Amino acid sequence: MKAMVYRGPYKLRVEEKDRPRIEHPQDAVVRVTLATICGSDLHLYHGMMPDTRIGHTFGHEFVGVVDEVGSAVENLKVGDRVMVPFNVYCGTCFFCARGLYSNCHNVNPNATAVGGIYGYSHTTGGYDGGQAQYVRVPFADVGPSVIPDWLSDADAVPLTDAVSTGYFGAQLADVVEGDVVVVLGAGPVGLTAARSAWFMGAGRVIVVDHLDFRLEKARTWAYAETVNFSQVDDVVLHLKRMTGGLGADAVIDCVGAEADGNLLQHVTSAKLKLQGGSPIALNWAIDAVRKGGTVSVMGAYGPMFSAVKFGDAMNKGLTLRMNQTPVKRQWPRLLEHVRAGLLTPSDLLTHTFPLDDIAEAYHVFSSKLDGCIKAAVVPGQD
Amino acid sequence: MPYTARKPPLPETTEQLRARIPGWGVDLDPRDRPAFPREVPDEAVIAAEPLPEQQPELRPRERSVEHLRLTPVFGTAQPLHGLSGAVKRLAYARYSEARAAHWLLLLAGDRIESAGAHLRSLATAHPDDPVTESGVLGERGAHPVRSRLGEHRADLSHTPLDPVVVGGPWVLAVGAAVLGVRAVVRRTRR
Ligand SMILES: NC(=O)c1ccc[n+]([C@@H]2O[C@H](COP(=O)([O-])OP(=O)(O)OC[C@H]3O[C@@H](n4cnc5c(N)ncnc54)[C@H](O)[C@@H]3O)[C@@H](O)[C@H]2O)c1
Ligand SMILES: [Zn+2]
Ligand SMILES: [Zn+2]
Repeated sequence: MKAMVYRGPYKLRVEEKDRPRIEHPQDAVVRVTLATICGSDLHLYHGMMPDTRIGHTFGHEFVGVVDEVGSAVENLKVGDRVMVPFNVYCGTCFFCARGLYSNCHNVNPNATAVGGIYGYSHTTGGYDGGQAQYVRVPFADVGPSVIPDWLSDADAVPLTDAVSTGYFGAQLADVVEGDVVVVLGAGPVGLTAARSAWFMGAGRVIVVDHLDFRLEKARTWAYAETVNFSQVDDVVLHLKRMTGGLGADAVIDCVGAEADGNLLQHVTSAKLKLQGGSPIALNWAIDAVRKGGTVSVMGAYGPMFSAVKFGDAMNKGLTLRMNQTPVKRQWPRLLEHVRAGLLTPSDLLTHTFPLDDIAEAYHVFSSKLDGCIKAAVVPGQD
Repeated sequence: MPYTARKPPLPETTEQLRARIPGWGVDLDPRDRPAFPREVPDEAVIAAEPLPEQQPELRPRERSVEHLRLTPVFGTAQPLHGLSGAVKRLAYARYSEARAAHWLLLLAGDRIESAGAHLRSLATAHPDDPVTESGVLGERGAHPVRSRLGEHRADLSHTPLDPVVVGGPWVLAVGAAVLGVRAVVRRTRR
């Protein structure tokens, strides 16, 4: 089969690989029909995630058709059209039994500090991902869901990560009616978080980024006010002035490890890898939220330390909430909203590439060229 | 105003928000939010204590020293190999995830592996090609100038660093090779 393969920082290509096999009775093999590139993939692509091995296939947002099932799989059958949450999880460990699917203890031998994720380095378990023609899906009865007939692949695929994450991020902001919510980052996650903050009853939603085309989408698609941080002198001060001097009730970080806006922080983390991630957006969140407010962190950071302004967080009495998204928990309610037309996930897909051109897809998405918000990849069949 | 108890006024009323924004307030009640509360214990699963069947360990699988056992299911992609494998095995077996040494050794192993992979690829029919593999060919048709200069982008200040990060190791490797050869030549001449 054809698969995207990592060749070192900023380098990848398509290679011929063996089709994955059933390695456990609860496995399935899924033939991928549509995959997308996530902002998290960029952290791997840029060499920021420890134990990203040469030859690794990325991809944790994908939908496809069940091609083979293990002997213990009961709910799925060959031919089912499925959406697969980005989390690999068992469903029965201490954490899964409490709904913390993204923190499963039974699927990632390489680390206890993070659960299992498809195509996300060996630090999350060493599973090849879905930017390929086929993918191994462990615990096939636990994670994947059959895609309802009314939902297209293009609307289903963002639900396997970005859209569920934006929705989750808005929930962790603990919004009460009339709250002022600031969203940092206008990528697919931030745009959905902004949109979802209104579902929770926000009174004002302000989105911050430096890419005008994404801020435009935040205004038209997420109904938000916007701030271009490269056009204001001090973005925290600017946000405080916008919020009556107090700061926002909640701030959602949808930027993560490669945040821009401070050259030293960006270069020491994203380029020199001296920090687990660039904490610029996280620090802005801590400083722009009001005392007693909540910071919800959806942005992903590496496992190493970062220069976070923890003293401010403590002195201000903040609540910090965060996690990798337990995706499937979001689906029943989120699918109701999608079906009711409150949110159309495919609106975020701006670009589609054949798998053969995936290196170019990564470059365009990573460099934010050509108005790219999210890039999809079509593996096709030989 | 921030110096009194009142919350700063909002620009729009609830009625205006409801009229302007599709779905405003559908999840106002926290009980409608899927992530609330954070933990939702499934008492039946907890009482039954099911343990998934063990996936066979067909080759020795490295694991974090923090794990008490090999997890029932694990990824088998790209098994460890060679020098980078030895470095990573040490990181996993010796240092907990709380130790910087754990992650720094893994990162060092990554760089060792990629250097070796690039060198080995030169001896194959498909050597690494920084032009196609970096995806820069995607600039064609993607409005490279307008996309960068037409916006107020903060990342332009370090964009020139990207080629250095990509090409720098190659330049360093060639430089080291040249110096090495020169040193050997000098020594044999002496
Ligand atoms: N928690 C989870 O489960 C989960 C799931 C998916 C993605 N993520 C993470 O969420 C983050 C966003 O993902 P995405 O797909 O939307 O990525 P993206 O790269 O498309 O979007 C990030 C946006 O942040 C902007 N940005 C950069 N620096 C900023 C700053 N200082 N302030 C405000 N904006 C800034 C960028 O211009 C970009 O538009 C990533 O870190 C990703 O790893 C987490
Ligand atoms: Zn992701
Ligand atoms: Zn589990």
